[in-house]
Formats: sequence, structure tokens, C-alpha cells
Amino acid sequence: MPPSDIHVRFEDVTKTFPGRGRKDPAQQVLRGIDLEIHRGEIFGIIGQSGAGKSTLVRLINGLEPVTSGRITVGDRVVSGLSERQLRAVRREIGMIFQQFNLFRSRTVAGNVAYPLKVAGVKQPERDRKVARLLDFVGLLQRANDHPEQLSGGQQQRVGIARALATDPSLLLADEATSALDPETTQDVLSLLKQVNRELGITIVIITHEMDVIRQIADRVAVIDSGHVVESGSAYDIFAAPKTPEATRFVSSTLRDRPSAATLERLRVSHPGRLVTVRVQDRPAFQNSLSVAFLQRDVTADLVFGGISELQDRPVGSLTYSLTGGEGSVDELLKQLRADGFDLDEHEGASR
Amino acid sequence: MNDFDWEVFRTAIGQTFFIVSISVVVGGLIGLLLGLVLYATRPGNLLSSRPVFILLNVLVNIVRPIPFVIFLVAIQPLMLTAIGTTIGTNAVTFALSLSAAFAVSRIVEQNLLTVNPGVIEAARAAGAGPVSILLTVLVPEALGPLILGYTFIFVAIVDMSAQAGLFGGGGIGDFAITYGSQRYNWPVVYISVAAMIILVQAGQFLGNYLARKALRR
Ligand SMILES: Nc1ncnc2c1ncn2[C@@H]1O[C@H](COP(=O)(O)OP(=O)(O)OP(=O)(O)O)[C@@H](O)[C@H]1O
Ligand SMILES: [Mg+2]
Repeated sequence: MPPSDIHVRFEDVTKTFPGRGRKDPAQQVLRGIDLEIHRGEIFGIIGQSGAGKSTLVRLINGLEPVTSGRITVGDRVVSGLSERQLRAVRREIGMIFQQFNLFRSRTVAGNVAYPLKVAGVKQPERDRKVARLLDFVGLLQRANDHPEQLSGGQQQRVGIARALATDPSLLLADEATSALDPETTQDVLSLLKQVNRELGITIVIITHEMDVIRQIADRVAVIDSGHVVESGSAYDIFAAPKTPEATRFVSSTLRDRPSAATLERLRVSHPGRLVTVRVQDRPAFQNSLSVAFLQRDVTADLVFGGISELQDRPVGSLTYSLTGGEGSVDELLKQLRADGFDLDEHEGASR
Repeated sequence: MNDFDWEVFRTAIGQTFFIVSISVVVGGLIGLLLGLVLYATRPGNLLSSRPVFILLNVLVNIVRPIPFVIFLVAIQPLMLTAIGTTIGTNAVTFALSLSAAFAVSRIVEQNLLTVNPGVIEAARAAGAGPVSILLTVLVPEALGPLILGYTFIFVAIVDMSAQAGLFGGGGIGDFAITYGSQRYNWPVVYISVAAMIILVQAGQFLGNYLARKALRR
């Protein structure tokens, strides 16, 4: 990938909040972050609450200064710039928020006009632009309303229009759909997709919702206690997480793997060996499993599982209770592993 | 009402209007400025500066609890250098403006502190500078409560302007003392009190109305 196609680059970035004394010690929130976000993609950042996601995006437009390391946006190093220099950078980066953060003292149109005023765009041009943006987000009729007269989804649309006012090439979305109901989340996500596809704007979206990643992210970074523990294409991470943190995180959002408590219950009602098979995007996945069960004369009871879709490909896992004659389950497992199936046996099942 | 001098009463009302309006405007503006500085320099805020904040904070804390009549006496040296006199309507107006400024500064600071930090973040993300955010985001966002705060100060100023009557500062309070209580002319006292009540009510009504408009309720 040529350097110009990297839109945002983190190089060994750390962030420590100073703290205010003995009771509030300094806190290292991000450690050694290396990331490359490509121009024109939707990059998801997923992690548990407190992992440092918000802090990470706020470093990109300099709302928080880095403690060490380097952040480049386009071909400009933004880390270490003064507040005044950052103002120009921020006009090229839009931002939307979980709580929308609209100005209650301004109308819908006034909110969208705000960044244009800040940028010194003069009157007829400003009105034209506001109208075009409100039309884009489908709220032209509501131009003279105040934010509190709109639903949450509509308010976020205003937030998006405001963020796009100065024609940014990068949009930062911090939990942009977390305050919305599932249906409205869909609307906002498809609008973001439209922003990405039609306007070619790179989007960095933070979330703790698998669904958001599944629907729009091209690539993802999983962050956990201030580290990027894994990054890559959204499909690869959800289909085959490599690190334990990513696995734990992915299964906690997919809910396809039985929890310890569920395993206990399953053991009571199912005498067989409990094995979880990861769903793979290969032809006749299910069928080849069934054939293998039959061949080895193993009875396989499907006891737990979940399959969903990511970038039009299946992800998830199925948990079976396997029973069979002397040694046949062992042989089955050996054969499946040899055939490239990804298996996890839950020990302590058969006694 | 044999002994009621309408001419003097009109003059007194005129003086009260003068004292109150100048104090509200001058004290209000200086207070707004001080309040903005207090808010902005608070550690962690837009123009955070610990020394400026502490200095101003301590100054406001010292001045605010001083009862107005004592303040009026205490700043006589300052008055003398600034306006060349320590008595009369101008002196009262000067002291009242200054005293009001300190009270207003706290009201402004407190109301700005209630503004959702998220909107400040949104304004910063849009590339706005600190002074622009203070004036074009924070003040408008807090406008409703600010108007109510200023209304409160208006009432306090009317109150204090009357107290200043004890020092011959002119205005309705002075009138009520000089022509009313000192001559046992109770109708004069009651009419003065009624005038004060009407003034306060009118101010409160206007303040409530404007605040309601700002809050769109
Ligand atoms: N301004 C700040 N001062 C001190 N500590 C902070 C500050 N902002 C965030 N933190 C701390 O940094 C850590 C990471 O916070 P951050 O908001 O980045 O997490 P997050 O991943 O966005 O969490 P969530 O999903 O809950 O929004 C938290 O422990 C938080 O307490
Ligand atoms: Mg967050």
C-alpha cells in the first residue's frame, strides 16, 4: 500500500492522563498503539468499556494531546501541533458523538451552519451548503426546528450533517449509534455507509456493538486495556480471532459460544463430549460435518451455537454433544482437525 | 396627602432608575467578563490557568460576602480616585456596579459550568477557538439561566440602591427616609415601598418572560 493511501497512521502512540495526586494517580490509557487506517475505508475500533477507544479517536483530531508517539493524518503530522494549528486540521476532520452534542440554542440549520461560520464561509454560500447537507441527510423540512423537537435518530443525522459541513475527508464517529434503538441504528449506519461510498469519506467508527462492525466496517482493531490486541479485516477477526482477548471479545458479542454456566447445564443434560466447531466459509460446511459424524458412527447433538453474517460471509460456531463407540469420538476429532476444522473441546465432560 | 412632594418623588424615582440601570449594565458587563474568565481559566477548561483562576476566585470570595453598606464605606478611597467623590448618586452607582460585578461573575461562572461539555467538544472538533466558543456557544447555550441570574441580580441591586439611601445616595430609599420615616410621614414611606415593589415585579416579570423565550418553554 503506497503511503498516500494511508489516511491515519499511529506510530507507537501512548497516552497517560496525569491524575491529580495520591487518590487520583496518573493513568496510562493507551500503550504502544500502531495503526494504519486506509483512505476511503470504514475502520472499526471495538473494545470493552474503558478500553481507551474514545481516547484513541480524540487523539486523531487533537482534542487530547498524545503523551508520546506520532500520529499522521494524510501527510501531516498532527501530534504535537499547538491548539491554534490544530484548528485548521480539525476543519478537515468531522466528528459525531454518542449523545449527538447538538447546540440547543441553535436551530437544525444553525447547527449545520456552525462549522461554516467558524471557517468563515460567507452568507449566500453558507445557506446553500446547509440546504444541500440537510437534503443529503433527509432533514431539509426540519431546518428551522430546534434539536429537542427531533428524535434521536434525526438528531444524529443533524450531527452528521454538521460534521460534513466543511467537506472533511475523514469522519470520526464515537459510539454514534449507542444511544439509538436497533431500527434507528440501521438508518444511521446506512447513512454512514452512504457517506463513505458516495462522498468517499474515510470513517473511523468506535463501538462495542458487534452489529455495527458486522454491518459497516471493512477493517477492525480490537483494543483491550490500551493495547491494539488484533487488527485486520472485519471478517478475519470475527471468523477466526487469533488472540484470547479478541476471542473473548468476539464470543461475548456473537454469543455463539456457551458460557461456563451454560456448559455446566449442558453437561447435566448431555452425556456426550462437548465440542465447539467454528463455522467456516467453505462449501458444504455443515454437510461435511454430518458426513464425518456418520462415517465414524458418532451421534452428534447440536446443543448450542449461533451463526451470523459479516461482509456477506457466515461467522459463528456450533457446539455439539458427541457420543459414540470406543475411541470413535477421538478418531472423529482427529480427522476433523486434519480436514481443517477449528475445534474446541470443553474438557471435563465425559466421566 | 398634604405633605407629599410629587416633584421630589419623581426626581427620586429618576435617580433610582439611573442607579439601577447603570449598575445593571456596567456591573452586568464587568461581571460577565469576570465570570467568563473564571469559567475559562478553571483548571481543565478552555483557557485553563491556575494562577489567574486562583487569584480571581479568591478575590471574588473576599468581596462577595461583604455587606453592601460596609462595602460602600470600604471602597471610599477607590471612589475618590476614580470619580472624585464619596457621596451622592454617582458614588452609590459606582459602588453598586462594582459590587454587582462580583455577584454576577459567580452567577455567570456557575451557569456556564452547567453547559454540557459535549457541546464544547463539538465546537472544538469543528475548529473553533476558545474565545469564539465562550461567546458563540457557551453564552447562548446558558442564556435562559443567565437571564434568570441577571434578574436575581437586578432585584438585589434595587434592594441595595434603597439601602444606599441611608448614606444620602439619592433614589427612592433616600426619599423614603428623608421625607418619610424621619418626618413620621407614613404615606410617603408606603408609596415609596409600593414603587419599589412595582419596580421589582416589573423586572422579575420581564426576566421570566425573556428566560422563557430563551428556553423555548
Ligand atoms: N480526561 C480524562 N482524565 C482522566 N482519565 C480519563 C480521561 N478520559 C478518559 N480517562 C480514562 O481513560 C480510560 C479510557 O477511557 P475511554 O473513554 O477512552 O474508554 P472507552 O473505551 O471509550 O470506554 P466507553 O466504551 O465506556 O466509552 C478510562 O479508564 C477513563 O477513566
Ligand atoms: Mg468511549
